[in-house]
Amino acid sequence: MALRLLTPRSLHPGAWWAWAIGCAVVASRTTNPAILGLLISVVFLTVILRRGSAPWAMAFRLYVYLACFIVTIRILLRIVFSAQGPTVLFHLPTLTLPGILDSVRLFGPVSAEALLGAGISALQLAAMVVAIGAANALANPKRLLAAVPGALYEWGTVVVIALSIFPQLAESFGRVRRARQLRAETGKGAHLIKNVAMPVLSDGLDRSLVLAAAMDSRGYGRSMAVSVFSRRLTSVLLVVSSLALCVGAYGLLDTGFTPLWMGVPMVVFGLVAGLVGLRLSGRRVVRSRYRPDTMLAAEWLVLGSGVAACVGILILGIFQPMVAFPPVSPLGWPDVSILAIGTIVVLLLPAFMSPPAETPSTRVVENPHKSVGFLGADTQNGGFGLHHGENWGENPSISVTQHHNAMVLRGFSPLGVNSGEICVRGNDDSL
Amino acid sequence: MIRFDSVSIRYGVDQEPVIRDINLELADGQLILVAGRTGSGKSTLLGAINGHVPHFTGGIVTGRVEVEGLDTAQHPPRDLAHVIGVVNQNPLAGFVTDIVEEELAYGMEQLGIDPQQMRTRVEETLDILGLADLRNRPLRTLSGGQQQRVAVGSVLATGVRVLVLDEPTSALDPVSSEEVLAALLRLVHDLGLTVIIAEHRLERVAGYADQMLLLDGRGGVTQGETRLIMEASSLVPPVVALGRIASFPEVPLSVRDARRMADPIRAALVTKDPGRFRRVPPAQGRSSVRLADPSLKPSGTQRLEAIESDGLTTKNVRIMYGHTCAVNNVSLSLPPGKITVIMGRNGSGKSSLLWALTGVQKMDSGRYSVDGIDLENKGPDKVRDLVRLVPQTACDLLYLSSVEEECQAADRESGCESGLCRQILDALAPQVDSRSHPRDLSQGQQLCLVLAIQLTARPHVILLDEPTRGLDYPAKASLAQILEEMAWEGRSVGVVTHDVEFAAEVADQIIVMAAGEVIQSGTAPEVLGTSALFAPQVAKVLYPERWLTAYQVGQALNLEDSHDDGVHDPRGYESEVSW
Repeated sequence: MALRLLTPRSLHPGAWWAWAIGCAVVASRTTNPAILGLLISVVFLTVILRRGSAPWAMAFRLYVYLACFIVTIRILLRIVFSAQGPTVLFHLPTLTLPGILDSVRLFGPVSAEALLGAGISALQLAAMVVAIGAANALANPKRLLAAVPGALYEWGTVVVIALSIFPQLAESFGRVRRARQLRAETGKGAHLIKNVAMPVLSDGLDRSLVLAAAMDSRGYGRSMAVSVFSRRLTSVLLVVSSLALCVGAYGLLDTGFTPLWMGVPMVVFGLVAGLVGLRLSGRRVVRSRYRPDTMLAAEWLVLGSGVAACVGILILGIFQPMVAFPPVSPLGWPDVSILAIGTIVVLLLPAFMSPPAETPSTRVVENPHKSVGFLGADTQNGGFGLHHGENWGENPSISVTQHHNAMVLRGFSPLGVNSGEICVRGNDDSL
Repeated sequence: MIRFDSVSIRYGVDQEPVIRDINLELADGQLILVAGRTGSGKSTLLGAINGHVPHFTGGIVTGRVEVEGLDTAQHPPRDLAHVIGVVNQNPLAGFVTDIVEEELAYGMEQLGIDPQQMRTRVEETLDILGLADLRNRPLRTLSGGQQQRVAVGSVLATGVRVLVLDEPTSALDPVSSEEVLAALLRLVHDLGLTVIIAEHRLERVAGYADQMLLLDGRGGVTQGETRLIMEASSLVPPVVALGRIASFPEVPLSVRDARRMADPIRAALVTKDPGRFRRVPPAQGRSSVRLADPSLKPSGTQRLEAIESDGLTTKNVRIMYGHTCAVNNVSLSLPPGKITVIMGRNGSGKSSLLWALTGVQKMDSGRYSVDGIDLENKGPDKVRDLVRLVPQTACDLLYLSSVEEECQAADRESGCESGLCRQILDALAPQVDSRSHPRDLSQGQQLCLVLAIQLTARPHVILLDEPTRGLDYPAKASLAQILEEMAWEGRSVGVVTHDVEFAAEVADQIIVMAAGEVIQSGTAPEVLGTSALFAPQVAKVLYPERWLTAYQVGQALNLEDSHDDGVHDPRGYESEVSW
């Protein structure tokens, strides 16, 4: 069972998103630095163990940079704008702004409490950013779009085309800029922009037209005839639903003066109207889905861990407020309870209990008799050899050793269950 | 069954029809080759088959086009997706998803095919086209031939019975195009599909085609068996041209056909030395690239009539991309007055080397010099005076809104009197209208415009990256003459090309690269005459004698005069220059 659960495959993107939102909710519902620190470590560990080798997975470090940036800026700002408090760590010379701003004082004494407070709020934000980054690294964005309901399919396609046109634009930008150097520059500034922008844009336009024509001739946009009434009804339902959802969200978040009906009832109404609208418009689309993502045991486990963590942190906030929101002053080590640790451990489960992502090397294991051709084909693009080399180096669950005339792949699961050793025959030419 | 019933297509009420009143019946299970000069309406004809014309491009279609009983006037392309599959020149531009398997499934998803059946068909298609090992690969990481096979597979999977391909191999190297054509042949022979293919390089397809549609450029189409059409065609592959010159009893369509009939001429040629005969006809009735009016003088003191140069030499050039070595230890020379052709498969470092010689691509180590001046690490600004490159996508250099403006800009850039660029352009391609937009020009005209712009600076070395892409036979012949003239003026000319027939016509010296290294260099007969991969058709027919082009054989056999009745030029087309 454990083996089947851990067979490499990509999970339903919704499961990872639910887990990541769970992480973000935990981060927003506690100011305990110990819990936040544990949470961030758990997110890191999960990403490292379960991400694939796709470009979007590699973008995780961008989110990490952003998180580091947030923490640094938050603490620096606190030092600049008065960080007073009981426990002074060091003194900086005080600056008073001239003129009408003379009430603003910069720098001065820096206290531990102020720094801790700033650090904790920054850490909350950083944890949320890292959680969203993790979702992006773990779930294929295109699969997520593919999972949207049939009615929103056209919107999804627009995003897909935009996604595929962008790298092409970047590519033609590079090409044209390089080509421009072959011809003496006839001007600078605006002229230069025109030199590069003209060919790049017309290239982009040409490519979009080719893509549109290709999609058209492959049957994109075939639809059933629907009555005008049903089409109008759909649009009305969708508009009403989004309005209701906005009002409802406002009602839920603002606990002050809004009447009760603006909260939960409005959200429920919005959801129902939206679902009916989507259902109706989905009828227009004659489309089937190749290998749709399904919610299997692993998906439910990942999703469940996110939900369970949300519940855990809410209970923690109600019954152990001193653990969830420890006071900054007086200074002291934050308390940690079994419940708090349990909440984090639940979030850690997917890192070990969900199937790892597919990588080129795990696919070899999946399909051994094809593997030699696959590896051989890889060597055809010399330029990408590096890319695959990195995968093997980075994925901790796979090791590759090359003997003089054979390649041995050893995959072992982190639980210590040896999932087998496969020897792939091949001659030196193909490897 | 595809039926054209007195069809005319024009793109404007006041314009000449591109296709004029044609009647065609294309039977099932055939490989049909569509040939014609650039701009003769090949793409329009192919587009009309699946309703792309006029539903997508606009235009006025009269008459009736019927595919499997469906009238394309009433059915836009998307409604014909289950009947006709279309494959373009550049497969990457038409891909919607990123992964091979998903791309194969995309068309079926649109048609709403049952998921279980979809699964089966994807697996079958993967096997039919030999893509099973690539199923999970990102499309961008595939080679050109693999991408084109995926494109074929992605339309095949929807269950179409007709495939329409517009120059599917023009962007591929010889090995990749063989791969794609082999896949297509299998579809025709084993699965009984109808394949309609437009192609400039007839030598690649003519041997396999059952039928041919020849467009005459005035809107008419001739349909017939390939051999019959080839007999009278003005566009013929080298092997057919050889057959005409040597008066073979029947038209040879493949090297195998021709070899069976070539014994007499092989015997006649044994005593002759190929080196004594020209491989391309000399330019006729065209003003030289050299300037007629000496008052149009660039600000420098160079002589306009001839360029005195010692050529370009490189020593131990190495170019790295990260940890990958693109060019490794290359030492070569481009001698003045000679055309050097660099060949090799995609990714062998040819283009990197060219870009490095312009100073745009940085070399990691090595030296190179032009006329004894060291140019390594000088940057493109210094190098530009001596070395100029026409890149693969020539139109990247064009950004102004008319040919005239481009020419004026080129004059300013090179510090010449105005008019020089236009004068060179006139010598290269006389019919280009000054007011037309550069992007509306044909591929050949664009190439000439960029070449004129680059020549305006009077460089000592001119380099061209894949110049024959998208050119038909007459355009290639003009280009061959232009290159010859540029070399004759004293320049070093370097050409990177996959086109073996073109290399056979122009090359004085050939350098073959593989994996970033020079693996062979020598004169054209030495390299092309003996290679299995790079041998032109004529060399294969006359092996072991080292003859490279049909014109050369014609000269040797002294048969060129027998064709002065004006019906056929020895090379099979009118020798007047036209793009």
